[in-house]
Amino acid sequence: MTGAAKKVLSPIPGVFYRKPSPDKDVYVKEGDAVKEGDVIGLVEVMKNFYEIKAEAAGVLEKFLVNEEDVLDAGQEIAVIVAES
Amino acid sequence: MAYFNKVLVANRGEIARRIIRTCQQLNIETVAVYSEADAQAPFVSEATEAVCIGPAQAKKSYLDIEKIIQAAKETGADAIHPGYGFLSENPVFAGRCEQENIVFIGPSAKVMETMGSKLEAREQMKKAGVPVVPGSVGRLSSIEEALAVAEELGYPLMLKASAGGGGIGMQLVHSREELQKAFDSTIQKAESFFNDGAVFLEKWISHPRHIEVQVAADRFGNIVHLFERECSVQRRNQKVVEESPSPFLDEALREQLLAAAVRGVKEIGYTNVGTMEFIFDEHKNFYFLEMNTRLQVEHPVTEEITGLDLVEWQLRIAAGEELPLQQHEIHKSGHAIECRLYAEDPNTFFPSPGHLTKLTLPQKEVRLDFGVQEGNDVTPFYDPMIGKIIVHGTSRDEAIKKMERALAQMDVQGLKTNLTLLEDIMKNDEFISGDYTTQFLEKKKVQLER
Repeated sequence: MTGAAKKVLSPIPGVFYRKPSPDKDVYVKEGDAVKEGDVIGLVEVMKNFYEIKAEAAGVLEKFLVNEEDVLDAGQEIAVIVAES
Repeated sequence: MAYFNKVLVANRGEIARRIIRTCQQLNIETVAVYSEADAQAPFVSEATEAVCIGPAQAKKSYLDIEKIIQAAKETGADAIHPGYGFLSENPVFAGRCEQENIVFIGPSAKVMETMGSKLEAREQMKKAGVPVVPGSVGRLSSIEEALAVAEELGYPLMLKASAGGGGIGMQLVHSREELQKAFDSTIQKAESFFNDGAVFLEKWISHPRHIEVQVAADRFGNIVHLFERECSVQRRNQKVVEESPSPFLDEALREQLLAAAVRGVKEIGYTNVGTMEFIFDEHKNFYFLEMNTRLQVEHPVTEEITGLDLVEWQLRIAAGEELPLQQHEIHKSGHAIECRLYAEDPNTFFPSPGHLTKLTLPQKEVRLDFGVQEGNDVTPFYDPMIGKIIVHGTSRDEAIKKMERALAQMDVQGLKTNLTLLEDIMKNDEFISGDYTTQFLEKKKVQLER
């Protein structure tokens, strides 16, 4: 059975990236297991990069935003389903 | 001035307004290019005409060379001013302008390319007799070579990417083990950020001061300096406060520095205005660091002490005129200070975009170069600097007092700014003494955290 679904929010506005740099692989794919504190993406704000981290262990079920989407502060980025 | 009818400004914010202002004084029409995020920004309405060149993200607008070239052709602009940042030091962009018979207001693409490579720039400066930081000759081809060079130079050393900049692609190493660990990753970083994996080693200078020299050169071989700027108040390798003259230099040392800068510029055949950056060690030895082949953010302090308009000089030089003045006709008077207002947390320096619900600015004794006005959004897409406060006094003490009064009159609401930090700096004993290094803000932060 699956555990509780938890949404990862962006604390800041900016541009979302799933990769550490354009020619690298994504940090995490949909369906991958993540540990608490794993980086799942970056938000670029005023030429600074802010790491978005998984707040709990589980499976990253789905990304709710696309590469290079412009995010508002508080916007939902991904859904992590906790291990049960 | 009749050479240019219309200048396209390939930039945004305060520097776009600054360039437009001088063009208006010279009766030159202007074209603003702007992203969708900047539609409400003051520079867009202040230009004679404006062209939207794409979405908010810089790489889809302000960094898109073809869109800017197209805007210039459609509007019939005969020259492009690149401002600072974005495409201002991009030789490909300068080359495209040359191809399209549009004057690029800056040096030639070739000179820009030479100075964009730290290794190449070091070699040119050595030829000109300008001191460079002791280091390796040419790129390091293997870890074995790096270790041998390091043994000769002695640790600590800075491992640097030749194409690096803005603090990226630099790694401090204290030992053989650290160099072994850092070598491959620094090359990789340099390759992925700058498309150029060339690295070299430089002696690490502790407690450095960052002092730069403003230069100008025309096509007829005339070269002058416009004195120095002291830029050691920095956070994250970016400047926060600049002043001129530097309180660190005596007249003899100043003369040596200015002469070295002019020698370097002559060697490379530079044209237009530019800045030679140097670092000073604790024993007052100075070394060439890099050249900025464009107008600097902090150019107003030079304008304030010389009474000259550097954007006007750029336009005249690009139009093929001789330098407006010879060296003996250029004088400095008094002392100028510039503070950069950043939309960021004053302690952590973390960016803080937002809606400017209030912007009260000082009314007297001050020059304000601001990119925004009350009611504007400060968006997350670009640099956090939203404006510059510049003062001029007959003495350094008077300038500091003026800056203190100016900052006290300001009120910015709706987002975090470094205003309180700027006020603290003006009251700080170490800053007031003039005896400060690039570690000044780091040290101050540590004191605050205690």
